[in-house]
Amino acid sequence: MNPAPAPAASPPAPVRSRLSFPTDPAPVRATDAAPVVFDLQALEVYYGSFRAVRDVTMQIRKNEITAFIGPSGCGKTTVLRCLNRMHDVIPGARVRGTAMYHGIDLYGPDVSATEVRRHVGMVFQKPNPFPKSIYDNIAFGPRVNGVKDKKRLDEIVEKSLRGAALWDEVKDRLQHSALGISGGQQQRLCIARTIAVEPEVVLMDEPCSALDPIATTRIEDLMRELKSRFTIVIVTHNMQQAARVSDRTAFFTVELDSANDQRTGILVEYDRTSKMFANPSDERTENYMTGRFG
Amino acid sequence: MTGMEPTPATALDLSARLSWRVAKNALMTALMVLAFLVVAVPLVAILWSVIGKGMSTAFAGFPDFFIKEIPVVSRRPGPGMGPAILGTLMVTGAATLLAVPIGILGAVYLHEYGVTSKFARLVRFMAMVMTGVPSIVMGLFVYIVWTLRTGYSAFGGALALACLMLPVVIGSTEQMLKLVPAHLREAAYALGASKSRTIMTVVLPAALPGIVSGSLLAIARAAGETAPLLFALGAATAYNPHLFDGASTALSVQIFANANTSFVGSQERAWGAALTLVFLTFFITLVARIFTSRLALKR
Repeated sequence: MNPAPAPAASPPAPVRSRLSFPTDPAPVRATDAAPVVFDLQALEVYYGSFRAVRDVTMQIRKNEITAFIGPSGCGKTTVLRCLNRMHDVIPGARVRGTAMYHGIDLYGPDVSATEVRRHVGMVFQKPNPFPKSIYDNIAFGPRVNGVKDKKRLDEIVEKSLRGAALWDEVKDRLQHSALGISGGQQQRLCIARTIAVEPEVVLMDEPCSALDPIATTRIEDLMRELKSRFTIVIVTHNMQQAARVSDRTAFFTVELDSANDQRTGILVEYDRTSKMFANPSDERTENYMTGRFG
Repeated sequence: MTGMEPTPATALDLSARLSWRVAKNALMTALMVLAFLVVAVPLVAILWSVIGKGMSTAFAGFPDFFIKEIPVVSRRPGPGMGPAILGTLMVTGAATLLAVPIGILGAVYLHEYGVTSKFARLVRFMAMVMTGVPSIVMGLFVYIVWTLRTGYSAFGGALALACLMLPVVIGSTEQMLKLVPAHLREAAYALGASKSRTIMTVVLPAALPGIVSGSLLAIARAAGETAPLLFALGAATAYNPHLFDGASTALSVQIFANANTSFVGSQERAWGAALTLVFLTFFITLVARIFTSRLALKR
């Protein structure tokens, strides 16, 4: 696997257990020249002998919202979880092909999953705050990274809660249990917790599917605000949400492999959202968008 | 006829009707109450007799019974059981310090690291076997391995009790760890926490109330064990605050020894010791409940 260096930067130093990558070489332009953050080539994921997804080749760009859409079981979440090495916790999960993050192979032998996750954060489908106070939830990530100074932690907590549009609602109850707030607030708390460690990328796995429409709207607004600071990849069942929120959309579907009767996910089409919804190139995409199949 | 015919006025009857379903419900309720009584009656009877017979001895000239040494000549009536109380506390305390940390760490290994490896399966199997070992056999084992070499000591008793407590602590802790939902662990991993950090800061605190109550159950059981202590402690009648040095005694052993004699004085002391042991166990359980509920409230 050859790391592909960005044109204006030096090749990354060999990694031991810390990721190091070149700083952003050029300002973001409105066209397709936003720097590539993830470069997936022929990615395949196996659970044991079952091939869950294959032939995923795509590039995810900085400071954009990329949406993965598609029917159930098509591998969207599987591909998402490749991006921060979450498959490591599942015994028997294997990844083939390459997943490059700023030119570094995520599954290379010297790359530590824990380090990857400090750069690539994740928000899950069902809000999962720790059974601790709101303050301790947000401070968990910074504490893991070695921040001990109380004043600094206070600053980080406030900054993250403001960034997640939650500060005004909970600033008087930071020491209360995080389980005592509503579902929509808990999900914003999980987002605040994720951005507290200042990752570069925030992955969101169906973040609004467990929430009511008003909470969903607030989180979508939040995503647009966060776009300027983070790169966001979101898996969603809701096509309209992808249309509202994302800059690029990837459409996945399930293919029945007649050889061994397995259903494997594949990437059908990946393009700018406006094009995907108005004028998709692939017929399967068009069928899905117009509701000819769910 | 297009008009609506008025329906004849039959009164709507929602009252309970006598039927086999109602009778069956009543019968089942009665059976459950009966089952509760079958369980509760012996418990109440035990408490009644222990309190009845032990109250006068234990509280005569309070706090003599709890402080005075055990009469060397056992047929003499009168207090006390002080050394036995200290002995029970020392032996149970030392056994807890040995068994609980090792048990918790062992369960963490079994559930988080080993899971299905050969070694983990072996450890799990051995722990299961250990729960079935009779307590007197455990006592004999400690007698051979420790007491014969170093003489009577409270630590020998603690070793035997720790061996009895260990599989219970491992089993209940592993059950509690299983109950911690996977999504909490995932949330911690996603924030860049290592596995050990996740276990220490998220999993164990989440499982703590269950672990504490499981351990306290083991402690309460150990406090009342007699057979393993018979060989390890010896028979002290004076206070012995040394853990490793010299014979000691415990309430359970004293109850056994004193009840076995035909002297009224000793038998009275046995009842007093029984009452003390019941109080002690009750107190431990109460502390456990308060501790657990306080932790739960904080959630």
